Amino acid sequence: MTDPQLRRTPLTGVHESLGATLTGFAGWLMPLRYGSETAEHTAVRAAAGLFDLSHMGEIMVTGPDAAAALDYALTGQPSALAPGRARYTMICAPDGGILDDLIVYRLADQEFLVVANAANTGVVLRALADRASGDVEVTDRTADYALIALQGPAAARILAQVTDADLSAVKYYASYPAAVAGHQVLLARTGYTGEDGFELFTRPQDAEAVWAALTAAGADHGLVPAGLAARDTLRLEAGMPLYGNELGPDLMPFDAGLGRVVRLDKPGDFVGRSALAKRADSEPVRELVGLVVQSRRVPRHGYSVLWDGAVVGQVTSGAPSPTLGRPIAMAYVDADVARQAREAGDAAPGRLAVDVRGSAEPAALVPLPFYHRPA
Amino acid sequence: MTAVPDELKYTREHEWVAITGSTASVGITDHAQHALGDVVYVSAPAAGTKVTAGEPCGEVESTKSVSDIFAPVDGEVTEVNADIDDNPGLVNTDPYGAGWLFKIALSVAEGEQPPGLLSAAEYTELIAGEE
Repeated sequence: MTDPQLRRTPLTGVHESLGATLTGFAGWLMPLRYGSETAEHTAVRAAAGLFDLSHMGEIMVTGPDAAAALDYALTGQPSALAPGRARYTMICAPDGGILDDLIVYRLADQEFLVVANAANTGVVLRALADRASGDVEVTDRTADYALIALQGPAAARILAQVTDADLSAVKYYASYPAAVAGHQVLLARTGYTGEDGFELFTRPQDAEAVWAALTAAGADHGLVPAGLAARDTLRLEAGMPLYGNELGPDLMPFDAGLGRVVRLDKPGDFVGRSALAKRADSEPVRELVGLVVQSRRVPRHGYSVLWDGAVVGQVTSGAPSPTLGRPIAMAYVDADVARQAREAGDAAPGRLAVDVRGSAEPAALVPLPFYHRPA
Repeated sequence: MTAVPDELKYTREHEWVAITGSTASVGITDHAQHALGDVVYVSAPAAGTKVTAGEPCGEVESTKSVSDIFAPVDGEVTEVNADIDDNPGLVNTDPYGAGWLFKIALSVAEGEQPPGLLSAAEYTELIAGEE
């Protein structure tokens, strides 16, 4: 039964007509899959997939002091972004714990679009408002946007059929206002799949038309609609963290191997600076690693990682990898064990394992990401 | 709408049972495979294993989750579907046919119905609340 309290996106009707399996996700009714999630995953790797990401939070930060307010509120330095450029960044608590990971788009000199995870939009909105001072306005614009992602090696060819924008000029992590099928969108070259691709912010009333135009343009290119299940295995193969799994309030960006998002070199204070600076100077106690399980049993979130039979860490995300043909996982493990496992190399699976419901399944430690798109 | 063939019996844990003589073929229902998503691995009880109705005797791994397989009847496993190992997707594409999982020699005398199984109508009613 579908919970009637769940929010519908401007595209939920389209998903229903496509026969999607819908699921509750962060308060929204979202497509989990349309048919086989494995087929959707492989289509994105080989051709392209179309995703509804309208649950993501859009927060607009505007005004003469917007750039300074974001420099203070976030770990990155949005003031250094040129208009039209974007950056992956984080917002931390004063103790350095991660409140969310974000993409910040500088749309104009005094206009920034902050895209937050659906489950954290309220937290991010409040934190940005609390941390803002001077002449700056922080507004939740989530309901004013639909967000459609077109991802995969065929994405640019498909999109080129329905827009006059010069896509070769749209760099990775850049955004442009553009017309797609006659509708005004903000077109960004970003994604969460490990493939080339675009994210299109549209007006809610234009979402169905843009979705339909992309579907028609992609018909001869192997484009399929893809749900959250495929999105999760795609991002896992690409080694991309998910808030609530690899990221959370008890973790700092350094734990996830993402210390680069903390710009300790930027001028001025920012929330979490002293805690993060202290952590940057200390030896890591744990490390986010990639595991490939040798059997076909799948490590899941929360399962223990074992070294010589002793618990040395926890799986944060795990799934059967359609690309590798084996179960894969990301896990936090003790830093010294990660080092020993790397040194042991091929011998590590004799000592490294995941406790899959009572049986120790041998695992190999591999560098992240599991998947690199072909150059 | 998911398929619930009339001629089969069902469990509350979403297994189906086809009884022929003293042998029961067992699989998971169309409703179950749909809820699980793509099945990537099935751990079925080996031939010779004694199973007890209502107790877990194997696992089905899908992309998103893992679920126990519950023995629908008392008896001894006589045969396991070897095709599933190479092609677990058969559970999705043909759950009542090529996607069968294993066979059990029934403990009850031939011609006697094992207890506790649901009819197709009862199972349809059970899953109506979930769809």
